[in-house]
Amino acid sequence: MSAVMDAIVITKRQLLQLTRVPEVLLFSTIQPIMFVLLFRYVFGGSIDTGQPGGYVQLLMPGIFVQTVAFTLAGTAVGLAADMQKGLIDRFRSLPISRSAVVFGRTLGDGALNIVVLTAMGITGFIVGWRPSSGFFNIVLGFIFLLVFGFAMSWVGVIIGLSVREERVAQNATFIAVFPLTFLSNAFAPTTGMPKPLQYVAEWNPVSTMVAGCRELFGLTNEFGATAGSFPSENPLLMSLIYMVIIMAIFIPLSVRKYNKASK
Amino acid sequence: MKAIIAEDLYKSYNKGSVKALDGLNLDVEEGTVLGVLGPNGAGKTTTVRVLATLLTPDSGRATVAGIDVVKNPDEVRKIIGLSGQYAAVDETLTGWDNLIMFGRLYHLSTKQAKVRAIELLEQFSLTDSAKRPIRTYSGGMRRRLDLAASLIIKPKVLFLDEPTTGLDPRGRQDMWGVINELVKGGVTLLLTTQYLEEADQLADEIAVIDHGKVIARGTSDSLKKQVGGERLEIVVENQYIAAAKQIVAKISGSAINVDEGLRQISAPVTTGSKALIEAAKLLDEQGIHPLDIGLKRPSPDDVFLSLTGHLAEEKTEEDLATSGKKRSR
Repeated sequence: MSAVMDAIVITKRQLLQLTRVPEVLLFSTIQPIMFVLLFRYVFGGSIDTGQPGGYVQLLMPGIFVQTVAFTLAGTAVGLAADMQKGLIDRFRSLPISRSAVVFGRTLGDGALNIVVLTAMGITGFIVGWRPSSGFFNIVLGFIFLLVFGFAMSWVGVIIGLSVREERVAQNATFIAVFPLTFLSNAFAPTTGMPKPLQYVAEWNPVSTMVAGCRELFGLTNEFGATAGSFPSENPLLMSLIYMVIIMAIFIPLSVRKYNKASK
Repeated sequence: MKAIIAEDLYKSYNKGSVKALDGLNLDVEEGTVLGVLGPNGAGKTTTVRVLATLLTPDSGRATVAGIDVVKNPDEVRKIIGLSGQYAAVDETLTGWDNLIMFGRLYHLSTKQAKVRAIELLEQFSLTDSAKRPIRTYSGGMRRRLDLAASLIIKPKVLFLDEPTTGLDPRGRQDMWGVINELVKGGVTLLLTTQYLEEADQLADEIAVIDHGKVIARGTSDSLKKQVGGERLEIVVENQYIAAAKQIVAKISGSAINVDEGLRQISAPVTTGSKALIEAAKLLDEQGIHPLDIGLKRPSPDDVFLSLTGHLAEEKTEEDLATSGKKRSR
């Protein structure tokens, strides 16, 4: 399968970039670690969770999901830079599969999450995170996170190829993802939000992902306004549905966009 | 056999208000070099993008090595090399990494890709810098690596879009040397440039394009003739104007122009420096010391001016394409 081989070459390129500019990996790991520490020690003391083990048990799944949601930003910025420099033009003039560049990119960005999540998990453990669901469920939780990151990466493809400028991509993705991760149950219970906002927050894919991961890591999750609704009863299934929807829409759209991409 | 044919290509942006290609026709004989000369915004880059399968024309037909670029883009991509206005290589990676990556994307085996990378680095005098990231390269080195990357599969047809724009004179000379070497290898080359001198140096034939179509075509010599060749210009004190005019008449014999205000006599000449020496000798014999004497060659601006009726525009082609696109979205 030459399409797969082509995509692997592109993914390899990204991993090679990491070895050539190690700062990228360093900072993309430090940032989530910093978040873990800040939230754990700044909010941890004042949020009463009623969970055994304290706030950090709830925080870790939230911050994992936030981090993988931001995969979108890395993808968008990377592709916008390639576009700006004319690399996309060169790729498009090569006899390679029409989907190789975007698949390679999303796979690479998805793979980078393995490193980032590992570093965060270790940090979390050091500051008191103790998932209690057993090895199999914990691994499943991380697989869920990786797939979600991969799905979000495809949204980043569209953004990166549309804005075509690195700095715009940076700002655009921040504005898109930041509210999405905060308008959720990731860092604080939704029950304190105004009612209408609770509905939005609880149907938010980030919330279902967070709730799903909490479940897989051995916690229960509270739902406020939407208690009894489908996403609140089935956060894992709902997350899967969201991921399928995101990929079903954005993968074909991204491949099309790439093939029409023009500097 | 024609290696490149473009027939009636049209491409417009911004709902038709910006016509990048307006019925463009050109062809390139196999194994020859065509220089596409034109001011910024004339449609040079758009032409290359259509021929290199990056852009679909609104209408018209184009073939590369007999293969239709719209119907069979994948087949075209297997036989072309493209090196753009900007060095399209990965700047964070080394020259070596880049060549291996592109080699693999051309479906060479790892071993073949390595062999080819070694050859190309040698050919473009980049062996010593192979293990350095591209961002540490000079402009000229970047361009050479970019060109090397477009030659990995030994393309039949090569497109170079303004290969020396932004290079210093030294870098430009080096690049010309490299391109001349390539051409000896028999590749068909279409190159775009804003400089007549560059087209003159590298191309067998020149197509001048403006506003999306070819407005003149021929060898460098024939174009220069069309524009007007060299002129002999002499400036003398007022009292010698008449005498100087007679001298110029002996040398040129046609279309002598006398500007009393500038005290300048000028006329087209065909014998170049010989005419200059003769004029100086005759002036000297009559004891006339010219204030200024010289041969004036048509500058690239003269060429544009006389062929297109206007000077090169400020706005770049890329601005035009991008702004057009953004607005049409």
